[in-house]
Amino acid sequence: MIFSFILWCLSPALRIYSARSEKLKSLMGEKNFVAQIQIKDGSRGRWYKFDNGNLTSGSGIDDKADVFVIFKTPKLGFQVLIHMCSGMLHFVYPILRPFLDPLTVINAAKNFAFEVKGKDEFSLHFTDLMNAMLIHHWKQGLPVANGETRYVNQTNGGPVFVYVKDEKIIRITPIDFDKNDAAGWSISARGQEFTPPHRATLSPHGLASKSIVYSSKRLLHPMKRVDFDPNGERNPQNRGKSGYVRISWDEALDIAATEIKRINRQHGHGAILNSHSSHHTWGNIGYYLSSNIRFMNAIGYTKMVLNPDSWEGFFWGASHHFGYTMRMGTAEPYGQIEDCLKEAELIVYWASDPETTCGSYAAFEGTVRRQWARDLGIKSVHIDPYKNETASWLGGKWIPIIPGTGPAMAHAIANVWMSEGLYDKDYVESRTTGFEKFSAYILGEEDGIPKTPEWQETETGVKARVVRALAREWANKKTYLSCGGKGVGFGGANRSATGIQWARSMVCLMAMQGLGKPGINFGNLTVGAPLDMQFYFPGYADGGISGDMEGTADAVQNYQRMPHMISMNTSNQKIPRLRIPEALLDGETSGYPTDPKSLEGQFQRFAYPAPGHSKIKMMYKYGGSHFGTTMESNRLAKAYQTDGLEFVLNQSIWNEGEAKFADLILPACTNFERADIGEWASSGGYGHHNFNQLNHRVITLQHKCIEPLGESKSDFQIFLELSKRMGLSAYYGEAKTEIQWCREQFLSSDVSKMISWKKFLKKGYYVVPPEVNEKNRAPASMRWFAEGRKKDVPEPSPLPAEYGEEYLDGLQTQSGKFEFEPSSLKRFDDPDRPPINRYIPAWEGRQTNELFERYPLQLITPHPRFSFHTLGDGKDSVVNDILDHRVNIDGHYYWTARISPSEAEKRGIKNHNLIKLFNDRGVVICAAVITERLMPGVVHSYESSAEYQPVGDPGDSPDIGGCVNILTPKRHMTSKTTSSAPNSCLIEIEKCDIGEFSK
Amino acid sequence: MKKWNLIIDIAECTNCNNCFLACKDEYVGNNFDGYSAPQPLHGHKWINILANERGQFPIMDIAYVPTMCNHCDDAPCIKQGKGAVKKRDDGIVIIDPKKAIDRKDIVESCPYGAIWWNEDLSLPQAWTFDAHLLDQGWEQPRCAQSCPTGAMKAVKASDDELAMLIEQDNLEPLRPDLNTKPRVLYKNLHLYSSIFIAGEVVGMADDVIDCVTNAKVLLSTKDKQLVSTHTDAFGEFKFDGLKPDRTDYSLTITHEKFSTKTVNFKVMENCVVFDEIMLEAKP
Repeated sequence: MIFSFILWCLSPALRIYSARSEKLKSLMGEKNFVAQIQIKDGSRGRWYKFDNGNLTSGSGIDDKADVFVIFKTPKLGFQVLIHMCSGMLHFVYPILRPFLDPLTVINAAKNFAFEVKGKDEFSLHFTDLMNAMLIHHWKQGLPVANGETRYVNQTNGGPVFVYVKDEKIIRITPIDFDKNDAAGWSISARGQEFTPPHRATLSPHGLASKSIVYSSKRLLHPMKRVDFDPNGERNPQNRGKSGYVRISWDEALDIAATEIKRINRQHGHGAILNSHSSHHTWGNIGYYLSSNIRFMNAIGYTKMVLNPDSWEGFFWGASHHFGYTMRMGTAEPYGQIEDCLKEAELIVYWASDPETTCGSYAAFEGTVRRQWARDLGIKSVHIDPYKNETASWLGGKWIPIIPGTGPAMAHAIANVWMSEGLYDKDYVESRTTGFEKFSAYILGEEDGIPKTPEWQETETGVKARVVRALAREWANKKTYLSCGGKGVGFGGANRSATGIQWARSMVCLMAMQGLGKPGINFGNLTVGAPLDMQFYFPGYADGGISGDMEGTADAVQNYQRMPHMISMNTSNQKIPRLRIPEALLDGETSGYPTDPKSLEGQFQRFAYPAPGHSKIKMMYKYGGSHFGTTMESNRLAKAYQTDGLEFVLNQSIWNEGEAKFADLILPACTNFERADIGEWASSGGYGHHNFNQLNHRVITLQHKCIEPLGESKSDFQIFLELSKRMGLSAYYGEAKTEIQWCREQFLSSDVSKMISWKKFLKKGYYVVPPEVNEKNRAPASMRWFAEGRKKDVPEPSPLPAEYGEEYLDGLQTQSGKFEFEPSSLKRFDDPDRPPINRYIPAWEGRQTNELFERYPLQLITPHPRFSFHTLGDGKDSVVNDILDHRVNIDGHYYWTARISPSEAEKRGIKNHNLIKLFNDRGVVICAAVITERLMPGVVHSYESSAEYQPVGDPGDSPDIGGCVNILTPKRHMTSKTTSSAPNSCLIEIEKCDIGEFSK
Repeated sequence: MKKWNLIIDIAECTNCNNCFLACKDEYVGNNFDGYSAPQPLHGHKWINILANERGQFPIMDIAYVPTMCNHCDDAPCIKQGKGAVKKRDDGIVIIDPKKAIDRKDIVESCPYGAIWWNEDLSLPQAWTFDAHLLDQGWEQPRCAQSCPTGAMKAVKASDDELAMLIEQDNLEPLRPDLNTKPRVLYKNLHLYSSIFIAGEVVGMADDVIDCVTNAKVLLSTKDKQLVSTHTDAFGEFKFDGLKPDRTDYSLTITHEKFSTKTVNFKVMENCVVFDEIMLEAKP
């Protein structure tokens, strides 16, 4: 009865609401069709006829209907329909919620007890129409002064307010919280109370968002390469050279769907490669791990394996000493802020510039804490070839070091500690193994070479006396080691040929000083804020709507809370991201996986092509360009031009980098033009609790602030429309629009217990109250280990099987202790990773004589300051006007490269001259910035420019886009890892005149 | 009447450029009637960050100075504008986006170079202190709101309150010599405009060279002892806030284990850095 009543209600409801909703009205008039909702046996049902905007309806079954929604039983029909409608009326939801059972709906769909049949064209339209009714009254944003509406969104560099008037974004600002938002935490240290400001900070690339939304480089229409004919000549050799012609969405989607089907039929499993950027525009629905993977899993694809780009040395090296594979070999991020402020006396920043790298997504949240530390008198030392931003601002001793030689200096510090008895002998005795062998190597008992401060001097360029002074200062004070940007790892020296050795030496040094004891830990006040770690909201790597059980943390985190269709890639073929060019050019390659489950996971070599699989015939490229982050980038240009690659589709927001190598371009919109949801800096996955870099947890509804520009569409919508052409739309969309998926994420999280959907929709953000009860705060990282107790920090890794004896007892290593001579490396024969961490000079550096004679400068390419991956850079963005980012010379914005005055003088280079950076791998034209902040012999230029602009044939010409990775080596750190080492790179520079390169 | 002032602490500016970007975000593509016409996407820097490196590798530092329209009380642009530029009661200087059309002379009138010429609109333009937002009730202009370190703060103060602030924080205008009474004032400006004398003290004992910690370093002229400090854990010392006065100075370094050493030198225009001052062990 109730089921029939609901069906009866539907047509008056549609009529009434179509009078209120223009969108619903227009959808009702768009197509003429009949939809039938019924019980499977035909015993009950109702048809709905849409005819030029008029709706008629009747009881019974229309066998000729275009869409059939079929339920096995009336009860199930009632359950599904009431569930779908539950979000329609805000006030009913709290009453209904206890009776709703989303699992029943998913279960019924999985078991075909609930089906949608008929052509996708009509079924998807019927769904759209229903959804338009269900959500037409959802009000988003708050009216503010001047006729503007204030929306909320989230960027890779922080949450933002977006002020919109007449469909135009007026301004994008950081968020200052209001009096209703939760107050911040407080820490007492050395007689003072520290509370962070009641606001969220924002990175430069986030603040530049408006200019990249309205960028002149936006792709506003689908485009086809002029000389690409899917039914005739494809001209792959012209990729990157030819221009494009505008086509309709229908044509573009038809080409894409037809090619996907053809390639699967013609070549079989694995023929489609999904290549995506490591970072995308923010949001749990639109992220590459969400909408993208859901679609790719549905069509089957060869997976691109991401290497741990920013954690290389820690993952492949440090983890073997102390575990933490689930964190890519970096230490637990808990409680360090309180412990550091209370106890520490010195912070050693080693290849660490948190003011530039901002903990990836955390903007300047740690900045205020570093001000507190400075004002409390906690000293700092900075080891870096470049006097970086953090060093320049905080002051303290700057120790410039020759790139790639850090492990030699670290060994000499260990040597001083051993020789002078300046280490924690009890800790070493009780909490570690293998120290005797390590000690024999350091003291030279094993090879006759004591690794003294004098020994390291010629390698590192650091005076022996400075190393001795540092070693003594470090040991005599309670010291935090900040290695890499986040303090616990990330970026810098671990991205070089000696990166594994360096990261290993960092953890070995801390083990000698009593890692985990009060005031002795990893960190730089970036991670470890006293926030509520138990309040649940899914991070992006929890998979969003992907349903992906293997490539995301969906199974671990959100699947139980947000029942949705699982998805699974049926192809076993993989290609390392770093070897995509080889896979395409040579037809074969291999790699080692970034498998975080165990210490041994990374030893399992895999080969391409996988047995019985097709080689790559199509590339589905998604998101930002790889040129700026691919070593020897010119390889990629050449790979695109191979015959074997039959079809290249690029789904991109901007016309830059790889988009210019596609056969077909599908224009996606930014996160400001679609609905999404996400928590600031919350990555989930192997960044578990990554939000604890923040002063306040901020969960945002990412409003659709404006309609997509031009003809661009959201990634979700593009995939949905492709799905429609493959009979997959009901599976892909689960009859939900993006904003409805946002609501599902909201409901799956603890936010829904604190604030209503209606209120959240309007206000757009929620600040999670911090942990006020100090006893409930996460304890200091590794204190449990230092004190020989069971693990007590709130992280679910290592997995139970990784504990050798009792659960939570000890580290992930075989012995459960810190292993100076790792058991895992003893069983795996990698000559470049001996069990005892030896100093092996870089395979490209000052010690490689023949090459060094020709290319006497070391190029270092840190993560950029003002842009993030390719976001914020290029795109005609205002970031280009930042003098330290790019320099406008004769109308072109050149990437900057820093050199010392002495190197500049030798070559007759003046500030802002154009210079040619070159080696055997290629040529990049940059603007010279001459600075005393850089040691002689080194060139400093940030990696990951968005632009790749060869002045002639792609792959063989000088680049004026600033793609400095053209120069860096593709070689892996060691032969048995898949790891990048861009910071080991020799080049020469010359003053140049751009005229010499013009065609 | 309280008036707006912008206080900028040079010690806290990290050159993150958020102020510059916030200004771009606010004005590019936006017209605020009576306040400002749109800023061009590229080229203009209504907020412009200057940089100055002091010293030599590896003993050096760098200071960043965000500059913008100074909203001078005695503004040359107002005099030059003859009605096209006005001073509001709250101290803010506005170049009228209608009356100032074609007035390139106003650009040239600013001795700070803070007024920019918009070629397309034929209009002189400068940072308006975000007056349109303050008038809507905003508490801070966007540059200050976006500043992560709190280096930049707008203060609405009476003349007396401002005088106290100037006294208390030793605030200075960028160019006191121009006498235009700017309302943008700087704290710790010496990090940008003065020079320092610094160095590293090392000593030889038992055939080993080490950094000399806690040595007393005394800076003197011919006539008098000026100031003293002690070397840090790395043997380093620094005297900051000095003027390039072309005077003869000397450093006297004393330590219980080493013979006293005196170094004479002349300060010219730049910072003076001593790479390595070697002390001999006492016999």
